[in-house]
Amino acid sequence: MNLSKLAYQLRRDVVDMIVAGKGGHIGGDMSVMEVLVTLYFHEMNVTPENFATGQHDHFVMSKGHSVEALYAVLAAKGFFPRERVMKEFSQFGSPFIGHPNNKLPGIEMNSGALGHGLPVAVGMALAERINGSPNRVYVVMGDGEQAEGSVWEGAMSGANYKLGNLCAILDRNRLQISGSTEDVMALENLKAKWTAFGWNVIDVADGNSVAQLQDAFAAAKACTNQPSLVLANTVKGKGSSVMENKASWHHHVPNAEEYAHIMADLKQHEEEA
Amino acid sequence: MTNVANKQMICDVLMQAAKTDKDIVVLCSDSRGSASATPFAKAFPEQFVEVGIAEQDLVGIAAGMARCGKRTFPMSPACFITARSYEQCKVDVAYSHTNVKLIGISGGVSYGALGMSHHSAQDIACMSSIPGMRVYLPSDCHQTKKLMEVLVKDLEPAYIRVGRNAVPEVYSEDNCPFEMDKATVIQQGSDVALIACGEMVLYAKQAADILKAQGISAYVLDMYCVKPLDTAAVIKAASETKAVVTIEEHSPFGGMGSMVAQVVAANCPRKVLTLALPDTPVITGTSLEVFKHYGLTGDGIAAKAKELLNA
Repeated sequence: MNLSKLAYQLRRDVVDMIVAGKGGHIGGDMSVMEVLVTLYFHEMNVTPENFATGQHDHFVMSKGHSVEALYAVLAAKGFFPRERVMKEFSQFGSPFIGHPNNKLPGIEMNSGALGHGLPVAVGMALAERINGSPNRVYVVMGDGEQAEGSVWEGAMSGANYKLGNLCAILDRNRLQISGSTEDVMALENLKAKWTAFGWNVIDVADGNSVAQLQDAFAAAKACTNQPSLVLANTVKGKGSSVMENKASWHHHVPNAEEYAHIMADLKQHEEEA
Repeated sequence: MTNVANKQMICDVLMQAAKTDKDIVVLCSDSRGSASATPFAKAFPEQFVEVGIAEQDLVGIAAGMARCGKRTFPMSPACFITARSYEQCKVDVAYSHTNVKLIGISGGVSYGALGMSHHSAQDIACMSSIPGMRVYLPSDCHQTKKLMEVLVKDLEPAYIRVGRNAVPEVYSEDNCPFEMDKATVIQQGSDVALIACGEMVLYAKQAADILKAQGISAYVLDMYCVKPLDTAAVIKAASETKAVVTIEEHSPFGGMGSMVAQVVAANCPRKVLTLALPDTPVITGTSLEVFKHYGLTGDGIAAKAKELLNA
């Protein structure tokens, strides 16, 4: 399967979802798409079948507002029908709400409040190590989220317990709702910070490259005596010049003209991928 | 007087259960000494997790472990585990429905002279208002034992608040009636219902004795199960008496008294007097000194109950 093509195809699902649901965090959905596609279709041992048994790799979407991207990937993976999420996202009474919730198959932990995912993932990794299980734990964080103090509590404990079965991914798209992360609350030097906290930091120059992400996850898996952080340098709004690198697209809903332009761009990227 | 503090009893029950249930995990935030959990940590190092002074991490890790099959018991001062980690309690535990039993030690004004930073007079209100979170305040070590023996086996989230020091027994080892989520009727009465939880149950019982000497018959209810509140027991106690007094080591807002007042108002209107700590940083002192100062011991409760009946 060409995962780069799949990423662009699923981006179109996200755009349709957000337009139909009249809301969503489109910019971060676009930046994180290759990370999710690579995790679910290449890296993680998780399927609708083994999910029901509890014996699988674990995933926590700490940047829960990018749930539309997660829904598109989970539907493609067969956790629930694509048609259902496309129709029901954000609708009255729907389980497909604007942040992950574990009433849905494929989702383990509810999120939405930032800074929660890493401590939870540390707990999962600790439990699986005690269980003697080969299951690994993956958690995706946002970059704006790095301002939450609890992220660093989790960073400390993950390193303290030398959790080689834990891999955190930082979707470094450099923008948050109010603007550049460096203007809102300077985060750099993230690599130095995470390294100083005792993590195996894997710097991915292009976090929207499936091939580079595959290499990064392999390197993370090879590091067994400390947790790994995949620092994925991504592009917010990736896939269309209408959205790319624009903070205003953090949760903008495309109008008809923007929609046509975005979908054409995504289709073209898909063909070229 | 027994020498077993409620927090000690919690650890005793957990140590007993951990012998056969390898999924029981105790977590502390540099709080193993204050939680009486040091013996547990020594006896079951594989079932003990230290997270350092990081209460958000404490609850998040406990939730993550629970999601992967563990029965987790994070133990930390009630003031921190319910306030610093409130969002983790709400999202990672209750909302995500993980089997975490949050143990708040040294609750209420147990830390006495350490001041408001260390007091937890808001925990009933904040924890009870989280959907899916149960809230228990056992009154003595015997009730704590019975409660914990149920909680180590069930699969739902809960918050349990206990005090710091050993407290006089309300029950005895041989006589501790207990039914899960049912308030314990300590005595029947016909004039006033005294409904208390946690360490206040002892003083409600003492107040009932004082009132009896004055010819007033008190109904005494131990509402250890603050949430789910035993509404049937509240209605029965209120219906059989002329007025209701609630007593709790908590803020006057949003606590057990507020919940009882809602039930009484809707079902069997009576005057309800809610005795609680004041809406201010409490006076410096030991728990007993603080309780006495604010009229939360036998004498004070009896005087207020009498006043209420005569009003």
